[in-house]
Amino acid sequence: MSNKQNTLMGWVDDRLPVTSTYEKHMSKYYAPKNFNFWYFFGVLSMLMLVNQILTGVWLTMNFTPSADAAFASVEYIMRDVEWGWLIRYMHSTGATFFFIAVYLHMMRAILYGSYQKPRELIWIFGMAIYLALMAEAFMGYVLPWGQMSYWGAQVIISLFSVLPYGNELTEWIRGDFLISGATLNRFFALHVVAVPLVIVGLVVMHLLALHEVGSNNPDGIDIKKLKDENGVPLDGVPFHPYYSVHDLVGIVVFLMVFCTVMFFFPEGGGFMLEYANFEPANGLKTPEHIAPVWYFGAFYAILRAVPDKLLGVAAMGAAIAVLFVLPWLDRSPVRSWRYKGWMSRTFILVFAVAFILLTWLGTQPTNELNTFLARASSFIYFGFFLLMPFYTRMEKTKPVPERVTGGH
Amino acid sequence: MSQDGVNKGRRTLLVGVTSAVGAVGAGFVAVPFVKSWVPSEKAKAAGAPAKIDVSKIEPGSMLTAEWRGKPVYVVRRTDDMLENLPEHNDRLKDPDNSNKAQQPAYADNINRSRKPEVLVVLGVCTHLGCAPKYFGEVQPQQFDANWPGGWFCPCHGSRFDLSGRVFQGSPAASNLEIPPHSYESANVVVVGVDEENA
Repeated sequence: MSNKQNTLMGWVDDRLPVTSTYEKHMSKYYAPKNFNFWYFFGVLSMLMLVNQILTGVWLTMNFTPSADAAFASVEYIMRDVEWGWLIRYMHSTGATFFFIAVYLHMMRAILYGSYQKPRELIWIFGMAIYLALMAEAFMGYVLPWGQMSYWGAQVIISLFSVLPYGNELTEWIRGDFLISGATLNRFFALHVVAVPLVIVGLVVMHLLALHEVGSNNPDGIDIKKLKDENGVPLDGVPFHPYYSVHDLVGIVVFLMVFCTVMFFFPEGGGFMLEYANFEPANGLKTPEHIAPVWYFGAFYAILRAVPDKLLGVAAMGAAIAVLFVLPWLDRSPVRSWRYKGWMSRTFILVFAVAFILLTWLGTQPTNELNTFLARASSFIYFGFFLLMPFYTRMEKTKPVPERVTGGH
Repeated sequence: MSQDGVNKGRRTLLVGVTSAVGAVGAGFVAVPFVKSWVPSEKAKAAGAPAKIDVSKIEPGSMLTAEWRGKPVYVVRRTDDMLENLPEHNDRLKDPDNSNKAQQPAYADNINRSRKPEVLVVLGVCTHLGCAPKYFGEVQPQQFDANWPGGWFCPCHGSRFDLSGRVFQGSPAASNLEIPPHSYESANVVVVGVDEENA
């Protein structure tokens, strides 16, 4: 055992790597100095994760996970529990802002090629988090046991009926021949214990993988190529205190928007808490207009765009699966869209518009125009990914500078 | 550490065998966890038959009952409705009940029922399980200009005729399911019991 310092910290460091871990991940983690607006959303996603865990733990203290009592216990939290309304709205609004942060975080990765070699594993862990987050959000929405909870669960679980042994599988998931208290109870267990553990574990892996290879930047340049005499990247600054303090500004602005929505529009116009969910679950009557909460809209729109049950579910699954292989679809010699050709740049913008449009369409009733738009947008969505190996290789890219641009 | 005298072959074999035995053990331990998710005995016992008095239903209208927690639709069809059934056969995916799993043998006819006028059908859309809405009138609808009467699913727009047969262009692939049912008396239908067991 080496005796680094004859201090309390030295004593601890000989037994637990506190100082070296702090240096590796904070004070000597050199992040590119040209981070822009888009680089807030990683830390904001983590902020929302902490918000969800904290408010979630408090909600379980008064929530009753049973078909008879769940709906009433949510009303009890809203009306009778001291500050219960605030904690619940922090949780429900938090879900929306978690997805906003995650979607913008993903968009950042697409814009600046942050998924490219050597950051494939970071992207894959990120996608696994996204997948777990969708499961978490879906199961959480079932818990208040309103009409949308019930019929949303009915539709989503029925998606599995297209697989071989589909009826047995859906019965196994529900634990009953229909959505019932058995389903509610197991979703509660998964939502509160199992999936959060998985998400936290994946976030740790996501960060460890990031800190192993280092952060990308808006120019998509490897800052480790040029270092000073101490081995510090010329274009890098220590994460702490530079970015930790910088991120606080982003957090404050984000929380201002968060609080505005939470206090003045907690239902989000029916996109965050749907009006039909203020009616207790009724297994005999489907609401007139059934739609997912906004953050599932895009995939739901893709499902509905296909006029065939099996192919619709397959398209929806493929829309998520294709994200995982993105690092191997992009064959461009440059990372950032700043230096990619006009085809990549156009496709990224059109893709973003198509995704937003799909998200909107997924929350709207179907009619001929919406179906047409959903189909066209689905083609763009898949075209962006499936044509990527071709357009990223064909196009002429711009020369990438040696040093990062911008940032001081 | 010295590697002298290590029998590498035996070491590989032992590692392989212990891993395999461990994996089998883990497989056995997984069984109770996986099996605990199937419907419990209580859930299985909850499927008592439902009795419905059909005499109270006005001709042309629908009654919703509950059986095993699912909606059961009972429609007393008028003569006009029954006469119209064959008219739109060419617009259906499966006009002749070729999917035998969707109805018991005694309902394998164009009316898909025991008594021609009384249709007993599960109100569970064969697409993704929503409860379709009843539009019994023959009149143009937003979702179909030549609507001959039937059900429209609010979730994904599947359409079914007054025998619960699915229209082409619907995301649902099969006709609505006819549950096992029988008549206890002239007017009381028992859902969940076939005749032979009644």
